[in-house]
Amino acid sequence: MRRFARAVWVVTRKDLLVEARTKEILYTTVFFALACVLVFAFGFVRDGQALPDAAAGILWIAIAFSGTLALGRAFERERQGETLRALLIAPIDRPALYLGKLLGILIVLAAVETLVVPLVALMFQAALFDHALLMIGLLVAGTVGFAAVGTLFAAMLVRARSRDVLLPVLLYPITVPVIIAGVRGTAALLQPEADQPMARAWIAMLIFFDVVFITLALWTFEPVMTE
Amino acid sequence: MVKKLFAPLTIIAAMMFAYAPFMILDAPYESTMGLIQKIFYFHVASAMTMFLSAFVAGIASAAFLFGRKPAADRYAVAAAELTVVLGGIVLVTGPLWARKAWGVWWQWDARLTSTLVMWLIFNAYLLLRKYGGPGSDRLAAAVALFGMANVPFVYWSVNVWRTVHPRTTVIPTLQAGMRGPFWFAVASFVLLYTLLLSVRAALEHRRAELDELYLAVEGD
Repeated sequence: MRRFARAVWVVTRKDLLVEARTKEILYTTVFFALACVLVFAFGFVRDGQALPDAAAGILWIAIAFSGTLALGRAFERERQGETLRALLIAPIDRPALYLGKLLGILIVLAAVETLVVPLVALMFQAALFDHALLMIGLLVAGTVGFAAVGTLFAAMLVRARSRDVLLPVLLYPITVPVIIAGVRGTAALLQPEADQPMARAWIAMLIFFDVVFITLALWTFEPVMTE
Repeated sequence: MVKKLFAPLTIIAAMMFAYAPFMILDAPYESTMGLIQKIFYFHVASAMTMFLSAFVAGIASAAFLFGRKPAADRYAVAAAELTVVLGGIVLVTGPLWARKAWGVWWQWDARLTSTLVMWLIFNAYLLLRKYGGPGSDRLAAAVALFGMANVPFVYWSVNVWRTVHPRTTVIPTLQAGMRGPFWFAVASFVLLYTLLLSVRAALEHRRAELDELYLAVEGD
């Protein structure tokens, strides 16, 4: 067990070190998320005022889109550096490799979200911090579900043709329950009278999806990543 | 065995599909929707067959992925294609019915959305196989597992959330006169499905054999 945890940490640490030196994914993803918010703002703002619920939708779309970008880059880097093979022949369990990659991506996405969420709150006058704990719960549970599926598919698509377009094609239909739960939960908190029980119900739903997705991903990662 | 049965079963299936409209015509009219409700017999029958097909695709993919049986993959791809076809029927007959019953073509409720999502996942499966290049069959198998995991959600969504779509309790509480035509339609769809699945898997089998022969020739 300790060996497993150490292996997970080694993989995560490697990814974070590479990221800390280049800051490539962090910078590009943050600005991509910003661009997303900007583009969607034009669709959902009338006379300087955002439509009701627009902030919740825009926030989660920005997270999903920029998450896809981060996932793609995280594995593209392995492919370009031809380090994926090294990772695969390293004497660690496949589940540890998967969890390590997942953890690395989650930390990067968390950094992106700490910048994007206040930005959306500011630009759309959305009270995202009135129920900070519930909001953090939604963000954490939602991001884990999204990244759990994303890490599996981004990893397995590394060697596939037309992977850039296939990743979103696979990822969005599968993770749409997570995005729906995130948007509805956030919208419940943004109502004039915040609906806390509703937000809690959506968090519970997200945790359920997380468990299903991580189980399925851990189960399929090994046969999919073995040649 | 399968080869011998294929022709007679195909004739039976054709006859069943020819006879089904007459049974549906004879079934009693539903009190509020009248004639419109008749689409139910094909809509629900194709939806049930779609669920069956998604399970076949998922289980065959699991057998391929974990048991490393190439034959299972041929059934998986056949079942995935049929899931898309049957889902297409469901997603066309549904809005046709909805337009008359609810006044709108589409409603973003849990049942409709989850069905669309499941259909998209199996489309993604086919896209991945077609454009993913070598090795994409194993990757697609993982996608099929996620697609299969969706089936319970689609099935129970009407009972968990309040939706405009009728609940699953409709089927066991059907009027006496509707039951016969409905289960006849389901049997027709399942029989047709089995035939299509076997012939599609057989085609994949031939393709695999041909590939092996090519490889053997090139190896010489």
